[in-house]
Amino acid sequence: MKAGPPFRLGLILLLAPIVLWLSLLVILPHIDMLLISLRVRVAPRVYETSLANYVEFFTEPLYWNTFARTAIMSVTATAMTLLIAFPVSYYIAKMLRGRTKNLLFLLCLVPFWVSELVRTFGWMILLRETGIVSNLLQWAGLTAGPVEMLYNDAAIMIGLVYTSLLFMVVPLVTTLDSLDDSLIEAGYDLGGNGFAVMRTIVVPHAMPGIASGCIVVFMLTLGNYLTPILLGGKDSLWFTDQIYTQFITRFNWELGSAFGFLLLVLSSIIVWIGLRLSGQTLSESVK
Amino acid sequence: MIPSIPQPRAFRVTYAAYVALFFVYLMAPLAVAAAFAFNDSMFPSLPWNGFTLDWFVGDAEPRLGVFHDGALTESIGISAFVAFWVTVLAVGVGLSNAFLFERQTFPFRNLLYMLMLAPLVVPGVILGISILVFSNSIINGIDNAVGVEIDALRPGLALVVLGQFAFITTITTLVISARLRKFDLSLEEAALNLGATRMVAVWTVTIPYLKPALIGAGIVAFLMSFENFNTTLMLVGSDAPLTITMYDRLREGSTPALNAVSLMLMVVSGALALLSVFVQRNRGGR
Repeated sequence: MKAGPPFRLGLILLLAPIVLWLSLLVILPHIDMLLISLRVRVAPRVYETSLANYVEFFTEPLYWNTFARTAIMSVTATAMTLLIAFPVSYYIAKMLRGRTKNLLFLLCLVPFWVSELVRTFGWMILLRETGIVSNLLQWAGLTAGPVEMLYNDAAIMIGLVYTSLLFMVVPLVTTLDSLDDSLIEAGYDLGGNGFAVMRTIVVPHAMPGIASGCIVVFMLTLGNYLTPILLGGKDSLWFTDQIYTQFITRFNWELGSAFGFLLLVLSSIIVWIGLRLSGQTLSESVK
Repeated sequence: MIPSIPQPRAFRVTYAAYVALFFVYLMAPLAVAAAFAFNDSMFPSLPWNGFTLDWFVGDAEPRLGVFHDGALTESIGISAFVAFWVTVLAVGVGLSNAFLFERQTFPFRNLLYMLMLAPLVVPGVILGISILVFSNSIINGIDNAVGVEIDALRPGLALVVLGQFAFITTITTLVISARLRKFDLSLEEAALNLGATRMVAVWTVTIPYLKPALIGAGIVAFLMSFENFNTTLMLVGSDAPLTITMYDRLREGSTPALNAVSLMLMVVSGALALLSVFVQRNRGGR
C-alpha cells in the first residue's frame, strides 16, 4: 500500500470501529470486573479495596471444591473426547475415500449447527426416568423398573463430550488427512505392527491437531453452563453456576467478579500451557 | 491401518461398527428431540401414543401448539430482532477489520490482532458478567456526574446485542479476512487505472468479490446470535429471547411444544447451513 495523507485518514476510519469494539466491550469490562473483585462493601455505596473476595474463595470449601471439580471434570471430558474422536477421525481421514468421506465429515458438523439447548434437550429425553434408554433397558429385560440416568456426573460427561466432539473431530481429520499414506505403508514395510505405526508415525503427525482440539474443548467445557445445569441438576456443582448464583441470585457482584476472574485465569493458563507444549500460536489454532 | 494394508476381518468389522455407533451417538439426541414433536402425549417421553400435529397447530390449552403460544412466538421475534442487529454490526465491523488487517500496516498491528482474537478464549458467561458490570459502572458514573440515568444500558436487549456482538465480530473478521487475503490486488489497481476513485474501485470490484464471505459470515453471525445462551443469560432483561424462554420451560418440564420449536430450529439452521455451504462453494472457485 502506498502511504499518503488519504490513506492515513483511511487507517483512522478503519481503526475506529475495532478500537471502540475491543476497548468498550472487551478490555474495559474485564478491567472493571477485576477492580470490582478487589473491593468490599463496608457501608451502602461505600467500598474499600481489599482481597477479601479472594480470601473468601480460598476459605470456603464449597467454592474451591466446585472450582477444582469443574477443572478436573473438564480435563476428563477433554481426554474422553479425544479418545472417542480419534478413531473416528482416523477412519474418516484414512479409511474412507471420495463422497463417503465428505459425507461422513459433514455429518460430524451437523450437531454444531443445532442449538446447544436443543442437543441437551435431546439428551434429557433420552436419559430421563421415562426416557428412551430407560425404556430400552426394561424392554431388553436388563432392569426391572425405570432407571433415572439424569442428574449425575455420567450424564454431565455424556453431554459435555457430545458438545465437544465437533471441535475435536475437525482439527484431527484435517491433520490426519495431510499424513501421506506411503509413510504408514513404509512403517509396515519396515516391520512395524499396527500399534508401533500408530505410536511412532500417526500420533506424532497428528499432534498439532490433538493439541488445538484439546485446547478448544477444554476451554469450552470449562465455560459451559447449559449442559452441566440441565443434565446434572441441582447438584451439578459447576463453577459457572456459582458465578451465576453470586451475580443474579445473591446479587454479590464483588464475589461473582472474583470468581469470574479466577475462571478466566485458569482458562488462560491452561490455554497458554497447551500452546507452549505444542509450540503453536493462538492465531494458528483458531483457524 | 489403511485400506492398502490388509487387516483381519474381525478388526475391520469391529472398527466399522464403532464408527457406526459413534454416528448413532451423534444423531440420537437430535432424532429424539425432533421425533417427539409428533407424539400425541402431554410429555416428551415414551410411550408413543400416535402421530399428531397438535404441538405445532393446537390452539387451546392444554395442547397449545407453537404457532399459538404467545410467549414462544414473541421470543422467536425477539431472537430474530437481536440476531438481525448483531449480524449487521458484526459483518460491518468485521469487514472494516478485514481491510485493516489485510491492507494496512501500523504500529502494534500484531498486538491488536491478538486482542481481536481474545473474545474467542473468554468463556461466554464471563464475557456476559464483565459487560454487565461495566455497563452498570457507566450508568453510575454518568448518574453521579450529571444526574442522568441511562436505562438503555440496564440489562435488556441493547446489552444482549452488544454482548453477542462482542465475540461474534471475531468470527466474522476471520471469515472475511480469509477471503480478502486471496483477492488479487491488480484487479483493484486496474479499476484505479481506468479512472475509478478509490471508493468506487473498492465498491465495484472488491466488495462483489467478498460477497460470498459476507453472506457466509452473516449466516454464521445470525445463527450464533440466535442460538447463544451463555452471554445472553447474564445480560437479559424482561424481554426474553427464544433460548432463554426454552431454558425456563425446560427446567419446569414442558409439553412437546418445545420439541416442535426444536425441530423448527433444526430445520431453519440446517437450511441456513446448507445455504452458506452452497454460497461459498458456488462462488469460491473464482
